[in-house]
Amino acid sequence: MSEAGLPARCNMHYRRMMTHSGDHDHHHDNALSDIEARVRALETILIEKGLVDPATLDAIVDIYETKVGPRNGARVVARAWSDPDFAHWLAHDATAAIASLGFSGRQGEHMRAVFNTPDTHNMVVCTLCSCYPWSVLGLPPVWYKSPAYRSRAVIEPRAVLGEFGLSLPLSQAIRVWDSTAELRYLVVPLRPDGSDGMAEDELAGLVTRDCMIGTGLPLSPAARNTRR
Amino acid sequence: MNGPHDLGGQMGFGPVLPEADEPIFHAEWEKRALALTLAAGALGAWTIDESRHARENLPPALYYTSRYYEIWIHALCALLERHDLASRDEMARGQVAQAAPHAHAVHALKPENVASLLAKGAPYDRAAQGAPRFAAGDRVLTKNMHPRSHTRLPRYARARQGIIEAVRGYHVLPDSNAEPEGRAENPQWLYTVVFDTGELWGQDGERGLTVSIDAWESYLEPASP
Repeated sequence: MSEAGLPARCNMHYRRMMTHSGDHDHHHDNALSDIEARVRALETILIEKGLVDPATLDAIVDIYETKVGPRNGARVVARAWSDPDFAHWLAHDATAAIASLGFSGRQGEHMRAVFNTPDTHNMVVCTLCSCYPWSVLGLPPVWYKSPAYRSRAVIEPRAVLGEFGLSLPLSQAIRVWDSTAELRYLVVPLRPDGSDGMAEDELAGLVTRDCMIGTGLPLSPAARNTRR
Repeated sequence: MNGPHDLGGQMGFGPVLPEADEPIFHAEWEKRALALTLAAGALGAWTIDESRHARENLPPALYYTSRYYEIWIHALCALLERHDLASRDEMARGQVAQAAPHAHAVHALKPENVASLLAKGAPYDRAAQGAPRFAAGDRVLTKNMHPRSHTRLPRYARARQGIIEAVRGYHVLPDSNAEPEGRAENPQWLYTVVFDTGELWGQDGERGLTVSIDAWESYLEPASP
């Protein structure tokens, strides 16, 4: 954990963190970067000590790459839009309602669903680390973990939303939920206009990851058709 | 602790830069960093609270210049060393001192148990003892506290008046559960407490904003009327 050379590395690393244009742009040869070498060394010794099994590591990665992600949360929201009884259950016991769709577990043990209304828009942050509802949204995006988002969401959320291209009417108050305990928050956005009569599967297609964090709105049916 | 992690209301970090069609991982090493952190955590040598504390204990300059999974790896190395699972020298060289299984290898997470372990999670609520001190609608004052150890009461919400919105259950207290030695769950009532923008930020927060935190009972006192 040497700090030697930190000031010189500071700007480069910070900019890379902010723009995260990939890990390849600064590689001019095949040498491992510091962090690649460090992680590889760690994996090697933990395997040799029998403390981790490489197949276990592969299984963990596979789950978060292919099974647990924001499509889970989109199904929860689409069900809430389609089924008032489910929406009521979700509002009162989100953990159980979400588990009934098959989504539970790590970083989703204690769920709360917060419903947007015409008067209030909800937005979720973890100012202290990166708490995020993995069971319904998967792993958090880089911006959610970034100092910029974590520092500003609780003091100037409208300015932050502007950086997502979102401008809410001043008549709609903003409520920010700082995830300081083991409760994990899922935003249930307002059902978009023009979605009457759509089936649950189609509705799920309108639900973006960001609208379940509160930094976006669902797609409108018209916009989705244009995108196709 | 008043560490680099406690970011609410800090300034100078620039704009939020969402990435279109962001991949789940940006490099192979990030996948291994995530998986190593979860697999090592499953050995049971430390709690999630201790691992959070290890991250916030990084020197501020290092914390702010590290990518997020780098913060995890720095903290994981500190935890492995603290709990005698690997030495600093072994981690630096990538070679074990003795080619033999570690005594804790019996606790290693098996690949066939990964899915069930992650689906089960680790609930942090406990059987309640006694009645909650506060009820929805009560005005409370958060404590003015600056422990050197772990806490989940952010600086921006200390010594502030708020309103109890809901009682959320009886949860393990991270402050004591993070202690490497003498760890104690010390479960308590947990509340959602709401603050308005003026109480948190004076004239300098956005108008109409409310912010909530989830706070354990020992963080709170009744507000004087």
